[in-house]
Amino acid sequence: MHFFRYVFFLFGFLGAGAGAASAEDVQVAVAANFTAPMQAIAAAFEQDTGHKARLAFGSSGKFYAQIRNGAPFQVLLSADDETPARLEREGMAVPGTRFTYAIGRLALWSAQAGAVDARGEVLKQGGYKHVAIANPKLAPYGAAAVEVMQRLGVIEAVRPKLVQGENIAQTHQFVASGNAELGFVALSQVTRDGKLTGGSAWIVPGDLHTPIRQDAVILAAGKGNAAASALMAYLKGEKAKAVIRTYGYDI
Amino acid sequence: MLTDTALSAIWLTLRLATVTTLLLFLIGTPIAWWLARTRCWLKAPVGAMVALPLVLPPTVIGFYLLVVMGPQGSIGQLTQALGLGVLPFTFWGLVVGSVLYSMPFVVQPLQNAFDAIGERPLEVAATLRAGPLDTFFTVVLPLARPGFITAGILGFAHTVGEFGVVLMIGGNIPDKTRVVSVQIYDHVEALEYAQAHWLSAGMLAFSFVVLLLLYVFNPNGRQR
Repeated sequence: MHFFRYVFFLFGFLGAGAGAASAEDVQVAVAANFTAPMQAIAAAFEQDTGHKARLAFGSSGKFYAQIRNGAPFQVLLSADDETPARLEREGMAVPGTRFTYAIGRLALWSAQAGAVDARGEVLKQGGYKHVAIANPKLAPYGAAAVEVMQRLGVIEAVRPKLVQGENIAQTHQFVASGNAELGFVALSQVTRDGKLTGGSAWIVPGDLHTPIRQDAVILAAGKGNAAASALMAYLKGEKAKAVIRTYGYDI
Repeated sequence: MLTDTALSAIWLTLRLATVTTLLLFLIGTPIAWWLARTRCWLKAPVGAMVALPLVLPPTVIGFYLLVVMGPQGSIGQLTQALGLGVLPFTFWGLVVGSVLYSMPFVVQPLQNAFDAIGERPLEVAATLRAGPLDTFFTVVLPLARPGFITAGILGFAHTVGEFGVVLMIGGNIPDKTRVVSVQIYDHVEALEYAQAHWLSAGMLAFSFVVLLLLYVFNPNGRQR
């Protein structure tokens, strides 16, 4: 039957892109907040080393569940330090490969110019209906935002106005679309090269919350993969660090 | 076991699904009737519009609703002018989203039921001097009853199973917009797999019972 041969070819054709990664490929799970810098770093990494980094973006909790259930990721760039440590404890990551690749900074941001003053007084003054934060249970940036509001003593006043994004990307979307007048977003989402890309913001001082340490780790599937260790080394290098800083992270 | 937050999410979900289904009957019945009867060229475009949520990713619907119902969006400007504020992050915002999202699941079974009645009973009713409204309530409604049951069950169940749209416009507020599917997602993300299992198994059982009811009421599966 010719028909079956065609079907066979069709599947072969469609499946070609989904084959196993070659020796020089590394599958990387990347925290959503690190999307933009990682794309820039991956491009430079490819040029400098010849290895290719295939990036998947998402939340650390989802990646954790996927990795536990056999996802083929070889490196995890988490949004926290807890998930990589946990994976290492559970034997799903290569011991001794964990390190902090970026320290996240928080910004109280509005899409409107002049809405947020340089010291964040607007939070105490009121006059807004919604404040967007990332879900504090799931996202380190959300937990840090709650901590900041507690330190400022405004949490009880603000609580009825809180709306939660499932991750920091959705939180940004709530504020960018104007549905929430204010929101605590990742500084990396609203700055380039130290300048605000739009709206108005208060860059929250780092001492108002526990540092948002974002750790990377080589996963069990990446053990012995040359591209995985090359990527980890590359992330520790000055060139990558410079990129990471321009996106508003400390390191 | 089920915590207070889980119970409040379940209660909210049932409330949302009930309001949505009732509204869909009110809005969907005339649309389905018109689609079943008209010969107007608009029939195809309107039918396609109604069916759109079947093929669109919920994220697309949610994203556009967020933009359109937001303070700069056209619907957002209208609701603000009417003194209603903006709809995202509110229960009624979810209702609007759910009505759009579940529309085809109500309109299509109704339209099929109306189609199946044909012209004949209506003509007979007319010769017996029944007015259009009288005909609709005494002839069409009883004849289309299986269609209404299917439409109601599917509309309700589909709203209960909604996730993407709620996630995009809800803001995850307890008692207002945190429905069961979002709650499950939260549990999974927070690695609280035991709670996720309780709610997920509940959803599975609920969905099966609903579909079972559907097949019991319409065993020959003609009204879909």
